[in-house]
Amino acid sequence: MNPNYLDFEQPIAELQAKIEELRLVGNDSKINLSDEIGKLEDKSRRLTEQIFRDLTPWQVSQLSRHPQRPYTLDYLGEVFTEFDELHGDRAFADDAALVGGVARLDDRPVMVIGHQKGRTVKEKVRRNFGMPRPEGYRKAVRLMEMAERFKMPVLTFIDTPGAYPGIDAEERGQSEAIAYNLAVMSRLKTPIIATVIGEGGSGGALAIGVCDELMMLQYSTYSVISPEGCASILWKSADKASDAAQAMGITASQLKELGFVDSLIDEPLGGAHRHPRETCSRVKQALLEGLERLDALDLDALLERRYQRLMSYGAPG
Amino acid sequence: MSWLDKIVPSMGRTRRADRRNSIPDGLWHKCPKCEAVLYRPELERHDNVCPKCDHHLRMGARKRLNWFLDEEGREELLEDLMPVDRLKFRDSKRYKDRLAAAQKDTGENDALISMRGRLNGLEVVVVAFEFGFMGGSMGSVVGEKFARAAELALEQRIPLVCFSASGGARMQEALFSLMQMAKTSAALERLRENGIPYVSVLTDPVFGGVSASLAMLGDINVAEPNALIGFAGPRVIEQTVREKLPEGFQRSEFLLEHGTVDMIIHRSQLKETLGRMLRKLVAAPVAPPLERAPVDADAEWPSDVEP
Repeated sequence: MNPNYLDFEQPIAELQAKIEELRLVGNDSKINLSDEIGKLEDKSRRLTEQIFRDLTPWQVSQLSRHPQRPYTLDYLGEVFTEFDELHGDRAFADDAALVGGVARLDDRPVMVIGHQKGRTVKEKVRRNFGMPRPEGYRKAVRLMEMAERFKMPVLTFIDTPGAYPGIDAEERGQSEAIAYNLAVMSRLKTPIIATVIGEGGSGGALAIGVCDELMMLQYSTYSVISPEGCASILWKSADKASDAAQAMGITASQLKELGFVDSLIDEPLGGAHRHPRETCSRVKQALLEGLERLDALDLDALLERRYQRLMSYGAPG
Repeated sequence: MSWLDKIVPSMGRTRRADRRNSIPDGLWHKCPKCEAVLYRPELERHDNVCPKCDHHLRMGARKRLNWFLDEEGREELLEDLMPVDRLKFRDSKRYKDRLAAAQKDTGENDALISMRGRLNGLEVVVVAFEFGFMGGSMGSVVGEKFARAAELALEQRIPLVCFSASGGARMQEALFSLMQMAKTSAALERLRENGIPYVSVLTDPVFGGVSASLAMLGDINVAEPNALIGFAGPRVIEQTVREKLPEGFQRSEFLLEHGTVDMIIHRSQLKETLGRMLRKLVAAPVAPPLERAPVDADAEWPSDVEP
């Protein structure tokens, strides 16, 4: 079993391994295997299409957490230029689970803020698995208010299992930190685009997710509680995560249908992690188009629209 | 020793096995903390605070509002708003059935009640969470009623008070419930921008999406004694950090110590203290003493009524 592939991706992994093997043999000997390799690649593509055609919400949820999936800093390197990371909440600490700073999108100065997970064990621990503490959210709101002063749009990238449920986080006011961000973002005088790139985990995601436009990558999720959490509370068994994922409607396409998502960004075949460059270029395109739409509104109209958008969630009738 | 004191301990001993069910709902109530069996009219005279151990028992939303507001001129808002099962959500039970059961149990349509009225003469909008309705969880109806209450407070330029008691967002409404956090926070931010006071009263318990939005955004945050308040529940934290939680963790006193709430107020002092603070925030004259006949806010101040 290949750890870089999820359970339901394993047949693809096996084919890919075969193709790699043939390539190696081909390189070492005079035998021309390109026909054979071509055939297998075709087969692999068809198999991938077939597997990805009917993913269940639970499978999408696993994809959204795929260890190879691009994270915020990957997008920062590829979509933006001149990223200067800014650190700290000016009160307690810098939180590595949430990164932010000034950058350029094409030539335009923008403020980018996002959750950051780690890939290696050491990095995962340093980034606290992408679960921010209050100082992370306080850094985020500091950067947003700075963006407001310097008239930069705020672009956020959401990818977190949730805000960190720890003793120190509670002591320093995790709830207040999140609540304060929600309040400030609702009236921040600059355009905000939030893009869910992986896991949109509950209040910890929403704390940088109040926006004028919500974008979601095709295999990202956004939910009030993780499928496992929901299952263990409502079904009394974490094994029912798949049922919970289905019932809550957590995938980009389900949420687009429910009217939460403005732009759904299609991922390349096999998911963002198989073609990160291509994914980044699609994200960049979507952000540019989104900003163009928001630039057409004057500030008062933008803020009124944001407020009405928030009021419309779950409103009767 | 009163006759009551004599019979109370013996009842406690003889019916230990099935005490909760054995006590008729109307007349007797057991304190969840000291287990004293309390005579209900006595308990109500003490504002649902145990006369033996001072434990603040939970207070239903409607009871809370009726207790809090002057009897004259209080008016319920949006009482007919009914929850909708947009997702046809079903776990081990259907959401629709859970709603119906909660409505039957509590006699309320959803987990938030909002009223307009007077606190010892001062005009206010007040909302209260009904914890008995699916754990006071916040779905679309709760969010809508809260936001509309805030908008009314803004329009009338009168203070908003919220009594929260909630486990958090309502999972059965999935992302609709998550977005209520942003919705209620946005409505409160308009109050803040316009100088309308908002006092958040945290009562046992407040967690999750309610804690991480409307409950923490008060100009003044106050808590009732010994209420359990936090973002993540103690069980989740214990599983995550794999250590035992410190004594008193996430209790009101812990929040006061860590700077999250402005003060802890005993229920017997709550009306008076909130009224006193609100009157300062809206630059209203000093309040008349409590327990007097309802006061006409248009009357000339200071009142010349003899005590």
